[in-house]
Amino acid sequence: MTPDLVGGLESPDYASHDRAAHEPYAPVFTGEVRRELDELLTHYPTKMAALLPALWIVQRERGWVSEEGMVEVADLLELTPAYVKGVVTFYTMYHQHPVGRYFIQVCTTSPCGICGAEDVLKAFVRHTNTGDLGLTSPDGRFTVIEVECLGACGFATPVMINEEFIESVTPEKVPDILARLA
Amino acid sequence: MAEKKMVNLTIEGRPVSVPDGTTILEAAKTAGILIPHYCYHPGLPIAGVCRMCLVEVEKAPKLAPSCATTVTEGQVVHVYSEKSLDARKGVLEMLLINHPLDCPICDQSGECELQDYTYQEGREDSRYREPKRFNPAEDFGGDVIYVPNRCILCTRCVRFMEDVAHEPTLNVSERGDRALIGKFEGRDMTHPWAANVIDLCPVGALLSKDFLNKARAWELDRASSICPNCTQGCNVIMETRENQIVRMRPRPNEEVNSFFMCDWGRLNYRWMNERNRVELPMVRRGDVFAPTTWEAAITAAARALNGKKVFVAASPMLSNEALFLLTQVMQGGTGAFRVTEGEEAPLAGVDDLALRRERAANVYGAEALGFTKTKDLLGGLKQGDVLVIAGEDLVGIDAGALTRASDIVVISSVLPEVTKSASVVLPIANFSEEEGTVTNLRGRVQRFTQARQAPGETRPSWLVLGDLLGALGKQSNFFLPSDVFARLAATNKSFAGLSYDTLGFKGLPLADAPKTAPKAPVAAGAA
Amino acid sequence: MGYPHHPHQRETTVLSQYFGDAEARTLDGWKKRGGYKALEKALGMAPADIVNIVKESGLRGRGGAGFPTGMKWSFMKPGDGKPHYLCCNADESEPGTFKDRELMRWTPHALVEGCAIGAYAIGAETAYIYIRGEFTEPLYWMDKAVKEAYAAGIIGKNAMGTGKRLDVHVHKGAGAYICGEETALMNSLEGRRGNPRIKPPFPAVSGVFGMPTTINNVETLIASAPILLNGADWYKKMSLSSPKSTGTKLYSVCGNVQRPGNYEVVMGFPFKEFLYDLCGGPPHGRKFKAVIPGGASVPIQTMEEAEATLMDYEGFVAQGSMLGSGGVIVIDDAQSMVSVIARIARFFAHESCAQCTQCREGTAWTTKIMERIRDGQGTHEDMDTLLDIGEQMTGKTICVLSDSCAVPVASGIKKFRAEFEALIPGGRVHPVIAAVA
Repeated sequence: MTPDLVGGLESPDYASHDRAAHEPYAPVFTGEVRRELDELLTHYPTKMAALLPALWIVQRERGWVSEEGMVEVADLLELTPAYVKGVVTFYTMYHQHPVGRYFIQVCTTSPCGICGAEDVLKAFVRHTNTGDLGLTSPDGRFTVIEVECLGACGFATPVMINEEFIESVTPEKVPDILARLA
Repeated sequence: MAEKKMVNLTIEGRPVSVPDGTTILEAAKTAGILIPHYCYHPGLPIAGVCRMCLVEVEKAPKLAPSCATTVTEGQVVHVYSEKSLDARKGVLEMLLINHPLDCPICDQSGECELQDYTYQEGREDSRYREPKRFNPAEDFGGDVIYVPNRCILCTRCVRFMEDVAHEPTLNVSERGDRALIGKFEGRDMTHPWAANVIDLCPVGALLSKDFLNKARAWELDRASSICPNCTQGCNVIMETRENQIVRMRPRPNEEVNSFFMCDWGRLNYRWMNERNRVELPMVRRGDVFAPTTWEAAITAAARALNGKKVFVAASPMLSNEALFLLTQVMQGGTGAFRVTEGEEAPLAGVDDLALRRERAANVYGAEALGFTKTKDLLGGLKQGDVLVIAGEDLVGIDAGALTRASDIVVISSVLPEVTKSASVVLPIANFSEEEGTVTNLRGRVQRFTQARQAPGETRPSWLVLGDLLGALGKQSNFFLPSDVFARLAATNKSFAGLSYDTLGFKGLPLADAPKTAPKAPVAAGAA
Repeated sequence: MGYPHHPHQRETTVLSQYFGDAEARTLDGWKKRGGYKALEKALGMAPADIVNIVKESGLRGRGGAGFPTGMKWSFMKPGDGKPHYLCCNADESEPGTFKDRELMRWTPHALVEGCAIGAYAIGAETAYIYIRGEFTEPLYWMDKAVKEAYAAGIIGKNAMGTGKRLDVHVHKGAGAYICGEETALMNSLEGRRGNPRIKPPFPAVSGVFGMPTTINNVETLIASAPILLNGADWYKKMSLSSPKSTGTKLYSVCGNVQRPGNYEVVMGFPFKEFLYDLCGGPPHGRKFKAVIPGGASVPIQTMEEAEATLMDYEGFVAQGSMLGSGGVIVIDDAQSMVSVIARIARFFAHESCAQCTQCREGTAWTTKIMERIRDGQGTHEDMDTLLDIGEQMTGKTICVLSDSCAVPVASGIKKFRAEFEALIPGGRVHPVIAAVA
């Protein structure tokens, strides 16, 4: 998919990671964001059903889902923090730690694996200088992880960078893709 | 409510008839067959996740989880068929591949269902050759420690906190073989009923800090008893090692405490072990108490009481038997008691179950037997009465009030500070050292048995009071506490028709107690 | 050729005809192509009549299980006084499958329409489209299409002016394969861990929020619209293997093949021609070795089996596998089957929800043994152990994830045993010695 297709997609505020990790917690659900949650709640007969969407909002606003964020969501949806944490840890897409400004997910499941996805993954790790999977590059820009089936197996190797989905990536294309990222 | 339709089926060749809606696992129990299981617990909603209780049902394409499969007419169930045994053997092997196999240092050893079923049905060896998963033990707060390496993810603890305590403090974190029981940083297992997860845990994953490394399960002696620490009267097992109570655990009774007991009651057993006891009968000789024989002490006490009006300051920890006999020595006098109070702490998911405000076992029994509940314990003591102090520690009592008594007889386990002026001291067993009955706040009379040996020459309260009655020339030939209870039942209308035999170990309500419904099993109702 | 290429002449493009056609994504563009005519027709019919047409058409669930759609809809009892729900399963996560992704990317309104028809047919006022979180682009287009449809009054309080309420909400998953299992999806939608539920109760009795619920795959719901417009006979007649399998099926083709992509062919199409003709055969200089025809969780086919297959529900079963989700993974002779299978096992170990013992422990154990064999550290006993663990993982758990992990391993050992043995130190055991030992 071409980058302009996702022009309308909101990108998370990844720049705020360090700030979020070190400053006192400021609630996410105030003003417009609170109204967004209130609207979401009208979609479901229970408050609990808004848990996944609410966690998505926290991640969008803060770049990751901190324990404070879990407590805030728990209070709003009348759940306990332990319950929320059980849910957060079930789903792989919620970041429980701050990640790099560009969160790069490379699919290496079998269909992509037999088309050379491992090499694409290695190329990303090498060119981003992150050292290893799951680590963030020293400049805070990149985190690279291996992801299970992205559901675009015919376009091996698909890679997700934040919200952007890039198809048919080969190791040779990796430097260009990274150069394009501001 | 209409009677439920009965369903007939065959389990291991035995005909079984159970109400419609019963699970195969429960139906098998009625045939005397315990289908091995881990995640199922009758007090919790059904999870069906451990897959241990798989049984073969004829004509079904797959093995059925017996905890989650309801009976149907004509069903033929095989618990020990080759297929069922093979499936359970498979589960046991899987449960053990990452288990540290550290039974020798595990508190659960000897009462571990993983051990038991592996011994019963498991493989002799493991085929697992890979490295084991390791997670460090974690203090969950309250009385609870979590050892994840021994955890089989049955989720009983999670379901208890969520569906019974209604406070989801625990969760299943992560997924796949990385999964473990988790809690939230800073939110500890401080719920007043949280320690029940330790009993619910079928393996050594959740342990009691209080009991940690104290004893091996096979060294313990066990006695059926009643928790003496509040008026709920939770049925318990008192466990002792070398004559010391080391643990109290709930004993199921659907009429009283379901499968549970509160943490406060559970951990409040040390007072029964204390060594500050009066161990010998004593009579006053001048300024000091002198040890004497039981005969001499009883005679002295009878002499002190003879022909006098008696005021009894009793403890609501005393049994119905002791309190009844005390009423027989009053000779026109009266009795009173006081009770310590604390905050009420209900268990949300079970009807009418709480740590009660009044923190003594037999408040209702004492009232039913005519003792007055008061804050001013000695208010009813008239000038010239003989004061009998029965089990009361008199802590906080103004010693001045005692001067109204013409004489004082102490019948207690511990000698109260302020009773220097007593003429006779008769040492009696404490709650854990004798047998008897107590009456809970709903008027249910329940038996408790002796868990420990009483120290020194201490005797059971009913025996001492029976002898005293005899010395006073009243009818008394009690050889057993049940004899005292029989007399009580014959004398007191509330107790009419009750006997130790009919009470059994689940108790019965007083004749005039309000009717109560048995507690709905959580398993049936919850989602 | 199938998308992302031009359609091949032997394709029958009913659902995929607008793939690559950007205008079809918009409401106006969709209407210009006949969009929402089926919904309009449906809203003028009695729900039971819609269910009957779908029943008659022979449409079967396209998510993997192949359950007859009309029959599933008929389980929803009208007038029970409870709110009914429709869940659209757009959690497409089965490795090898990416058809729903394209359907939502190119024809988002087709899914809005399918959901509205399905909801109306089962007496539901609310439909949830559960889309996996990784599908950022389908999420974007579906969200946009739903908003457009609301704004145009096609759905909402007064759907198409009929006074009927039809709400459609997009719900974003958060990374869990198992949420494609229908009861796990319902738990996830309710804000829980995506743990599959014990059945019974079945969703039609107690589904999402404890209410009667129907769950359908994206492709299934989208197919309902042309069926309503053109009639059950039209749908049945397209198939070469009617009446058991009817209509067209979208296949996602990936792996070592010249032209990967989505292809829509009628039921009963010969698999050999599909692979060599439509998909262009193996990469230059290579040969096909094996095919996993229905997503990673179905048995592996040898080429002999694959080439003898007619592509429908029964045809794949007859040749040792399953149609599954229609995700065709093609493996050429440059690949090690042991590596491929080890990677599949790792996928399932990663995705196990952790509820059932055999799955939680068995998928991880299987993976460890497979990776050990792959790395040349295996023993002959390992293969027996794998098969035995696989037995323990089959038919004994709440859902079929653990079965899915066992299936490729078992079929791999059975059909490609030599590749396993070649990796075991000491090489292949002489059959006579093995028999004596």
